Amino acid sequence: MIQIKNISKSFNGVKVIDDVSFTLQAGKTNLIIGESGSGKTTTLKMMIGLHTVDSGQIIYDDVVFTELNEKDKQNFRKDIGMLFQGGALFDSMTIEENIAFPLKMFSNFSDSEIKDRVNFCLGKVRLNDRNNLYPAELSGGMKKRAALARAISSNPKYLFCDEPNSGLDPKTSIIIDELIHELTVEFNMTTVVITHDMNSVVQIGEHVVFLYNGKKWWEGDKNTILTTDNKELLELVYAADFFRKKNPNQNL
Amino acid sequence: MRFLYHIGRYFILMKRALAKPEKFKVYAKQFFFEVDNIGVSSLGLITIISFFMGGVITIQAAYSLTSPLIPLYAIGFTTRESMILEFSPTIISLILAGKVGGNIASEIGSMRISEQIDALEIMGVNSASFLIMPKFLAGIFINPFLIAISMFLGILGGYIMGVATGACSSYEYIFGIQAFFEPWKLSYAFFKTAVFGGIITSVAAYQGYYTEGGALEVGRSSTRAVVYGSILILLANFFITKIVFKH
Repeated sequence: MIQIKNISKSFNGVKVIDDVSFTLQAGKTNLIIGESGSGKTTTLKMMIGLHTVDSGQIIYDDVVFTELNEKDKQNFRKDIGMLFQGGALFDSMTIEENIAFPLKMFSNFSDSEIKDRVNFCLGKVRLNDRNNLYPAELSGGMKKRAALARAISSNPKYLFCDEPNSGLDPKTSIIIDELIHELTVEFNMTTVVITHDMNSVVQIGEHVVFLYNGKKWWEGDKNTILTTDNKELLELVYAADFFRKKNPNQNL
Repeated sequence: MRFLYHIGRYFILMKRALAKPEKFKVYAKQFFFEVDNIGVSSLGLITIISFFMGGVITIQAAYSLTSPLIPLYAIGFTTRESMILEFSPTIISLILAGKVGGNIASEIGSMRISEQIDALEIMGVNSASFLIMPKFLAGIFINPFLIAISMFLGILGGYIMGVATGACSSYEYIFGIQAFFEPWKLSYAFFKTAVFGGIITSVAAYQGYYTEGGALEVGRSSTRAVVYGSILILLANFFITKIVFKH
């Protein structure tokens, strides 16, 4: 479980996150959604410590993350896996070396154990036999899957995904969403996905938090989001005219 | 004030960069990779430049030293002193500031804008240490070797061109490069070379590490790495020389 308690953040005097509180459920796929500029990525970066909070607390189970010093934060992050928007695979390493990197850095596994783990992770994301390719040799979807394999290689308790579908076609987006959900269930991780893709929300949104103008505007799940009467959320969900016409709530 | 801000931030980054490694084996492998990347890959450039510069110094010395009172072995002596004291340590380091410094800044800057540095941090890796320490130590370690090779090739180039053009005889040149030799000058040259190696790598790494924005900013970081690296090399050269040559 991840508790966000009254966090705020300003950049150059402009408040981008304003007293936001919510709880992300353990072992589930939690989605933080919102328009561009609503503060989703800033919230995520505060959750993983890439930005500091101006006020408030972020609590992982029983650990108050925001009160840890830099060294303890660094240690704590070993329990976190992250899928970045662009994959963030290391260009100078092959896919196998990318996935093996956190294991070589922090585990006492032998080379053969690391190799087995790499192959296991590649199998999970259906990228078998791509071990020796470099990131530049992969398609966008394959890069995301390889990055996902790296994120789960050290068996993290928490998985963060920053817009995992950006730049992908709808079919590949569905594959990535399904993978994220499958891995969340299989490894019993607490997963947090930042997205504005409504397909993802409907497909894997076990718990959904909607941010609007730096504030928490709505909280629910993939079933309740379609029938909400929250005007701002409906505008996001039914952004396209086509869907707007199909919306049972005609007073948009 | 901006100047002081950068100095402070540079030293804070270097403190992080020189922190105890998470895993010595991984860092050691990275160190040898950087020795190859920084050192071995620069050998071709250094060979060509040093050889021809040695030859040019010899020919210019022969042209300038026309007085019958100055013995011809002074040509070899001049070439040796120029190569050991200034050309190899300083000019080659300035050239490396362009080649190696630009390369390091663009490499780390690209990693910054493509979130690869964030990825390292999220894994629990001290990104400053992992990215900078091997480069910094490799720069300090390999630069004196490169400069030793440059000195040898420069003096060899002077010999071949001096003898081939008839500027001096083989005997006079070899006598000249041995004349009045003071070994401490080599220590001075290697010491300042090691300092320059540290400056080239750390300044470039600093510029790359704090890159913000996109491809344009990576280019700017790379340019700043070369400019500031070169200025700091010249400043360090001045102060080290002033301290060593007390008159």
